[in-house]
Amino acid sequence: MNSIILRAGTRYLSGLLLLFSLYMLLRGHNEPGGGFIGGLIGSTGFVLYAIACGTADARKALRVQPNNIAMAGLGIALLAGIFAALFGDALFTGQWLFIGGDKDEKGLPLSTVLVFDIGVYMVVFGSIIALVFAMEEEI
Amino acid sequence: MAQSKSNGIAGWLPIFVAAGLFVWFCQFIAPVSEGQVLRVAWDWVPSLGIALSFVIDGLSLTFALLISGIGTLVLLYSNTYLAGHPQYARFALFLTSFMLAMLGLVLADNLIALFVFWELTTITSYLLIGFGHETEKGRRSALQALFVTGAGALALLAGLIMLGITMGTFELSEILQRGDELKAHALYLPILILILCGTFTKSAQFPFHFWLPNAMAAPTPVSAFLHSATMVKAGVYLMARLHPGMAGTDVWFWTLSIAGAFTAVFASILALRQTDLKQALAYTTLMALGVLTLFLGQGSEYGMTAFVTFLIVHSLYKASLFLVVGCIDHSTGSREAGVLGGLGRAMPMTAFAAALAAISMAGLPPFLGFIGKELKYAGVLEVAGEPFVFTAALVAANALMFAVAAVVAFKPFWRPAGGALPRQPHEAPWQMWIGPVILAVLGLVFGVMPGLLQTTLVNPTVDTFLGDAGKAKELKLWAGVNLPLILSGLTIVLGLILYLVHGALRNALARIMDAGPNFDRGWDRFLKGLKGFAAWQTRTIQTGVLRWYIFATFLTVLIALGGTMIAKNAAPQTITFGDLSWKNVALMLLIVSGALLTAITRSRITAMAALGVVGIGVAMVFIVYGAPDVAITQLLVETLVVVLVAVALLRLPYLDPTGIKDVRPFDAVLALFVGLVTTLILLAVLETPLDRRLTDYFETASWPEAFGRNIVNVILVDFRALDTFGEIAVVVIAALSAYALLRTTAPKGDGK
Repeated sequence: MNSIILRAGTRYLSGLLLLFSLYMLLRGHNEPGGGFIGGLIGSTGFVLYAIACGTADARKALRVQPNNIAMAGLGIALLAGIFAALFGDALFTGQWLFIGGDKDEKGLPLSTVLVFDIGVYMVVFGSIIALVFAMEEEI
Repeated sequence: MAQSKSNGIAGWLPIFVAAGLFVWFCQFIAPVSEGQVLRVAWDWVPSLGIALSFVIDGLSLTFALLISGIGTLVLLYSNTYLAGHPQYARFALFLTSFMLAMLGLVLADNLIALFVFWELTTITSYLLIGFGHETEKGRRSALQALFVTGAGALALLAGLIMLGITMGTFELSEILQRGDELKAHALYLPILILILCGTFTKSAQFPFHFWLPNAMAAPTPVSAFLHSATMVKAGVYLMARLHPGMAGTDVWFWTLSIAGAFTAVFASILALRQTDLKQALAYTTLMALGVLTLFLGQGSEYGMTAFVTFLIVHSLYKASLFLVVGCIDHSTGSREAGVLGGLGRAMPMTAFAAALAAISMAGLPPFLGFIGKELKYAGVLEVAGEPFVFTAALVAANALMFAVAAVVAFKPFWRPAGGALPRQPHEAPWQMWIGPVILAVLGLVFGVMPGLLQTTLVNPTVDTFLGDAGKAKELKLWAGVNLPLILSGLTIVLGLILYLVHGALRNALARIMDAGPNFDRGWDRFLKGLKGFAAWQTRTIQTGVLRWYIFATFLTVLIALGGTMIAKNAAPQTITFGDLSWKNVALMLLIVSGALLTAITRSRITAMAALGVVGIGVAMVFIVYGAPDVAITQLLVETLVVVLVAVALLRLPYLDPTGIKDVRPFDAVLALFVGLVTTLILLAVLETPLDRRLTDYFETASWPEAFGRNIVNVILVDFRALDTFGEIAVVVIAALSAYALLRTTAPKGDGK
């Protein structure tokens, strides 16, 4: 699609969408959001980019093969699950670390659950982009 | 073969593995002969009662020694027979894996473990038979063996699972102790039939016998191993193992006796008909399997002793003879009985082994084969139902065996040279004749000193069957003048006559056989029919018209849902729409109008947009009822679907939908009914009170246990993380498959 307005708008929009997708991913544990939704939003950004500027440009902007992103995400999710087994828990049990917590506040939570969610994000993001790019290029 | 002829580490390492196993098993002879039963077990899938448990008693030790002992000699032999073969390492791997699987099979004490090893032998034997995969014949034979034994194994699996469930345990030793309970059970007959399907196919009992002779496409050492002590004996082994628990009923007796006796006679006649030495031996293997099955049919003391003795005799002489035939093939380049002759001088050691093995096979004193034959006659005379018929069958089979032994092992060596041979005969290297010589000499040694075998293997094995080692009959060369001895004499006379006239007989048999039904060709017809059927049903069901696929899918949904609803009488009792707020009504109108527009419009882009309206309407329903996560996901998915469909649909060529008018009414009716049934089911669901246990649990546990307030997400990434992992794996696989599909259809001609 060759439209200057769309292309100009997309440049800001897709960046915003990516940023927003990360926000949705990170807040997912307590508010609506999470890896699935984040991944969907993020992929919309790149799908928009591909429609406006063509898949060749979108691939260049992405730098990495979308298939690889999805595969890496699957690997990260698996590692997050295996991590629990190292501590003698069942697979995929969440492991938590609270930084700077005291009696009332738990502090900054870091967890394998978040790592797992990042894996989900990457799988959804990579898979959808791979699919859309392939279809755009095929047809 | 110009290069180096050594197989290197792949050559000698498996020999040491096998020899080591043999020596290791030898240490159990002493405790087992004292009546001990050794057991070892590891948990495997404890929640299903599946354990890796192994048992060493008389029966399994006999098999284990035969497998590892003959395996050692066969590996030693192959290292020379296939010296310098470019794929020898692969061959050695297959053969060793097969041997280990076979050992696992005979030692396993758990039904499931046993089945796993059973299938491993099926797969490894497939690889071995198909080792010569460059030839059409090799591939066909391997596939045939795999299909026949694999199909039998499926039945066996069903039988074993039923057995395990009815008895409440998968441990064989426990099941066998409660044999009476099993035999009285209503499911005894189905279990028996299923298990026998597995064992009969594996042990090539009539009418599943046809794959075994074809399996001779394998290299000769493989035939020697598979058809003497291992693969085909697996079925016999399983019947023997189950004997204490399942034998003793009329069904068991008649099925095994008749199948065994018929296979024995039928196979010996076919054996005499062959001119290829290896084929002749293959059919005598069938005969031996028939005899073993026949003896397993009953449970007399003589019968069981005869079973064990003949099992050992047969393994020794058959492996020896196969290896001898391999030597002949190796040295002369031919296996044709008509051509071979006068090899005795050129190949003295091979001839020596052949002579000893053949005498044992023919059943002449003082060889173990003679003792085995005497016991067989004593055993068959005790058969309860029809001793005369089975005795006659056995005499006929043994006489034919005598003749075949002479054809295979006497003629090629001692009659005057026949036609021209492809190669000048010479003695095989020592690695090749040592195996047959050892095995054949053992036949003589055990014959002269039967006591060696009696206490070590025969008594403990009979103990396995009858629960008392003392019940084993004595193995002896001279038992006085009795009926078995007279029958032996008769056998030898008959065998000599058959040998003398076998040339004429063979031609006559060939004529009769060619006229009769041919199971091998029947197999081909069966496969062809199967393929034809598959092609027909694919053509019928996979029309390639998307409309039909969708129509069929929704019709199935309608029948399944509606049928279930009517059958279970689950239709909603009252139809109320409660209090609809203006928001609900507005959303409903939005969704319905979107759906109608999708159905009516002629423009693709309108249809897509209208479909998007439906999706967004549904997402808003979620928002109204307070499920933001689901709503966001739904919105995003809708957006992406519209984009994806737009990419594809808009660029499809416009096809004039002729005839679409005729089918549209059917589509409309189907759509209305699917919608109606779905609505009714949802209403019915609403009538049942909501079970809040799960909801309550997640509401209370989400924060304290998983430190998250968004329950949906906590469930996704923590409580049900494994499920999510499975789902994202599916997502990746789906994306990759779609990607691959799109890529393969795109000709890579443009661009760079």
